Amino acid sequence: MTDKVEVDIIIPNQTRYLGLIGRIGEDLVHSLGRYTGDREVLAYHLNLVLTEAITNAICHANENDPTKQIQIQISASDDTLNIKVFDEGVGFDLAKLTTNNLHDTAECGRGIHIIKRLMDQVKYRRNKKRNVLEMIKKLH
Amino acid sequence: MQLKIEEIDDIVLIEIEEERMDAHNSGAFKEQMLALFDEGKCNLIIDLSAVRFVDSSGLGALVSGFKNASAREGSLKLCGLQPQVRSMFELTRLHRVFEIFASVAEAQESI
Repeated sequence: MTDKVEVDIIIPNQTRYLGLIGRIGEDLVHSLGRYTGDREVLAYHLNLVLTEAITNAICHANENDPTKQIQIQISASDDTLNIKVFDEGVGFDLAKLTTNNLHDTAECGRGIHIIKRLMDQVKYRRNKKRNVLEMIKKLH
Repeated sequence: MQLKIEEIDDIVLIEIEEERMDAHNSGAFKEQMLALFDEGKCNLIIDLSAVRFVDSSGLGALVSGFKNASAREGSLKLCGLQPQVRSMFELTRLHRVFEIFASVAEAQESI
């Protein structure tokens, strides 16, 4: 039997919800019965990836518009962690937010870089009404 | 952002009394540091021992403070990093930018 946990949440386009979603991500990792790796590290990384992805959605995609919403779907099975963050805005160019030549003292631009370092696959699909940032990590 | 600010001679010790530094509170932190710089206080020690979580916005605010302090011939030093917070500096290579100390006392001695 697979040990699958699924979460689907909609939040207003406001940064005050970042801590709440981060905590849900950490709790989700602690509820994964069969994970044999370092649970504290995975919990922190999920908190971080969710925080970075939602911040991008709020600030870049939804352009800080408080009337918009963000949907977050997290699915964790025995071997895979899949996170989708949907925005309702103009979207963003993943390539432009990802730079390999980030200056040491740049004040912005580390968010997507951090997500790419911690996740195995990162894709951003733009649609007319909603865009989605999908992030996948293999849990070995 | 909830801060405890203490002045010791020409050093300003800022104790961050938040568990998280993220996009929700890091803008305010940047402004609070800018207010200190405007008062001519540009030798800062930031005690992060209460901080359990920092994201790229929190790191960006610290980088902003570092650059502003350096531009005024001052300094911004960090201390009290919890292991996961320390790992964020390593992940983003910012441990090469900041001077990082184990304790407030060690950071003070270095100035």
